[in-house]
Amino acid sequence: MKKNFKNNITRRKLMKGVAAAGSIAAMPGFVRYSQAASSSPIKIGFQVHRTGIGAAYGRWYDRTTQAAVKILNDAGGVNGRPIEIVAEDDGTDPKRGAEALEKFANQHNCDVAFGTLFSHVVIGSAPRAGELKLPYFVVSEGHHVASGMLNRYTLQPGITDVKSQVQAMAPFVKENVGKKVTMIYPDFAFGHDHRDYFSAAFEAQGGEIVGKVPIPPTESSFSKYFPKIPRDTEVIYHVMVGPAVLTFVKELGEFYGSKSPKLFGFIDSLEAVDLNTPGLEFLDGSYFWEGNPRYAQANQTEHDKFYRNAVGVDANGASVSDPKDVSTYAHMFGCWETLHIIKKGMEESGYAGPGDRAKLIEAVESMSNMPLSQAHPQGAKIFNGKTHQTFGHQYITKMTNGKLVLAHTTSIEDTFYPDEVDYTKQSF
Amino acid sequence: MRKDLILHFGALAILLFLELLGVFSDYHQGNFARILVLAAYGIGYNVLFGYTGLLSLGHALFFSAGLYASGLSIYHLDYNVGQSLILAICFSAFFSLVIGYLALRTVGVSFMIVTLMFSQVGYLCILYFGGITRGDEGIVIQQSSRVFLSLDLSDPTIRYYAALIIFSLCLIFNLWIAKSSFGRVLIAIRENSDRALMLGYNVHLYKLFAVIISGTISGLAGACYGILFGYVGASFAAVPYSIFPLLWVLIGGVGTVLGPLVGAIFMFYLIDYASDITDAYMIIVGITLLVVTLYARRGLLGELRYRYFKWIP
Repeated sequence: MKKNFKNNITRRKLMKGVAAAGSIAAMPGFVRYSQAASSSPIKIGFQVHRTGIGAAYGRWYDRTTQAAVKILNDAGGVNGRPIEIVAEDDGTDPKRGAEALEKFANQHNCDVAFGTLFSHVVIGSAPRAGELKLPYFVVSEGHHVASGMLNRYTLQPGITDVKSQVQAMAPFVKENVGKKVTMIYPDFAFGHDHRDYFSAAFEAQGGEIVGKVPIPPTESSFSKYFPKIPRDTEVIYHVMVGPAVLTFVKELGEFYGSKSPKLFGFIDSLEAVDLNTPGLEFLDGSYFWEGNPRYAQANQTEHDKFYRNAVGVDANGASVSDPKDVSTYAHMFGCWETLHIIKKGMEESGYAGPGDRAKLIEAVESMSNMPLSQAHPQGAKIFNGKTHQTFGHQYITKMTNGKLVLAHTTSIEDTFYPDEVDYTKQSF
Repeated sequence: MRKDLILHFGALAILLFLELLGVFSDYHQGNFARILVLAAYGIGYNVLFGYTGLLSLGHALFFSAGLYASGLSIYHLDYNVGQSLILAICFSAFFSLVIGYLALRTVGVSFMIVTLMFSQVGYLCILYFGGITRGDEGIVIQQSSRVFLSLDLSDPTIRYYAALIIFSLCLIFNLWIAKSSFGRVLIAIRENSDRALMLGYNVHLYKLFAVIISGTISGLAGACYGILFGYVGASFAAVPYSIFPLLWVLIGGVGTVLGPLVGAIFMFYLIDYASDITDAYMIIVGITLLVVTLYARRGLLGELRYRYFKWIP
């Protein structure tokens, strides 16, 4: 039989077959079909805080995302396939966030999902990402990914987490700002993370936490809390979020006048807020943590310059079209970097479609060093594939004449802590 | 067969056959599982508001009571799903008894404000005891803990059937209440509580029973939501989650058994489709709700009952 079969295929027949196959492939419908498989867009579901408490962040996450996608598509997209963003408002609400993921996976057939900042939205959405087997790249800076509470489908490769940020601040505060610290923080999980991680790191450095002042999340007036700050406080550590942050900072200034203890704050207290707003003058001389310095610094890298121009942010951290529209510069770089990582992961894994999602995750898990580059304008990073969390430089800036000037850059190693999970042991 | 039974069991049969016949896409299957659990919450709300005439602005407290009772018992005490559900039902019932006993010392607007305040207290307690509840971030119930009688409740099909069973139980119970003498007393209280009192009914006790039933159904829905969707968070105890069931009931039909389901489906897909059209989807939602309120004041099903089908319970 084998012999007969061989004998039946003559060269003439083979040529005819090839010609016929070529003719079919050249038919208009077939051309469209075959191109669709190779050049159809990579769909990325973008979970965005358009409404709710995170709207200011969402606006700038959106702009950064659109800018990154334009850059990536102009450079050929992912393996020649353009990136298409499918945006969905999560309302800064976990239930709606989970619904957005369902829509990405089952309605829009997105390849992956990405976003968003507020921790509760990420934590509420991640279980659905795991069930839908949809890779979910978050830009949240929460410790929830590295703590092990989520799943193999949730990764945070583009922004560092609060635990590493906070512990990296402790040596600088103790050596340069003061040894007796009172912490003012929102009385919910985000604030508790600051309270717990900074206290431990600061006391390990030999410093002392002399006071802890939690502020209830529904609070809109803060003056009554300031008398709780002990007299021997040398440094006030503040981190507030939400619409009342400006009131908080202003009232703090009114309370102390010019005799304030030194201030060290997380820029979260003033993200998207113009530092030249009347009433904020007392912040001059105070220090801030910034994930990425809002103001273009003297040693600005070419990569930051490129990124800043692409997103449309001026040297003061505001929109080039409206100087009053201040960006969330300390956080939004995470969207840019995450999208570049998704592209790299897809290209390295030979990603072709949803069937390759596991390969994509494995490709990202295998990443480690991410050098300072156009893809990583905030700085070099080291990604830990086991914990799905990236680690990177942190910036401490000092308010000087109404601008934030870089005072210190931590090493990446300052941000390390022992692994708390190994997601690679979880099955897909 | 009675028309009301045909309507309600017919609705349940449709929901069953939509799944059996594979009519739902994956997306709508997931949506309907969510809607059915939320509609069960709406049924709980409707018992108090629609049938008894007590407008609560703090029902998220009961929903989250069940949500956290089951979620925390699974997370911290390694309870299985069955145990956690029993605990959630018992806790919600007891909680409703205490809150009802205190809140029913007020009437009208005061009742609304008191329930709102209790709800805020509950919300802040969840944040305050962040060491146990993980505050605003909440907790994830892992897939391995969401198994009942060897059935993986995170599986989309099993989750849909589980949601349908919970909804069906709540709907049938609500239907029984609506047709029972107990339900008729509740309606009498809603229409004229002084007259009900004069007729010899212990109005306060009936109202207390209504709060307990309403709170327990809401708590059961909350517990199921956490178990089926794997997340327990403080946002479910916040004010919007007290307003949502009010909206579902108002849109679907106040004092109708199927009204909360109609309202929940309507609201869910209104937001879903509007957000596909524009980023400013809440404008569309707001205008649509205004139109519905103007032209169907009794809600969609309530208007049908008023105009054509007086027999709808």
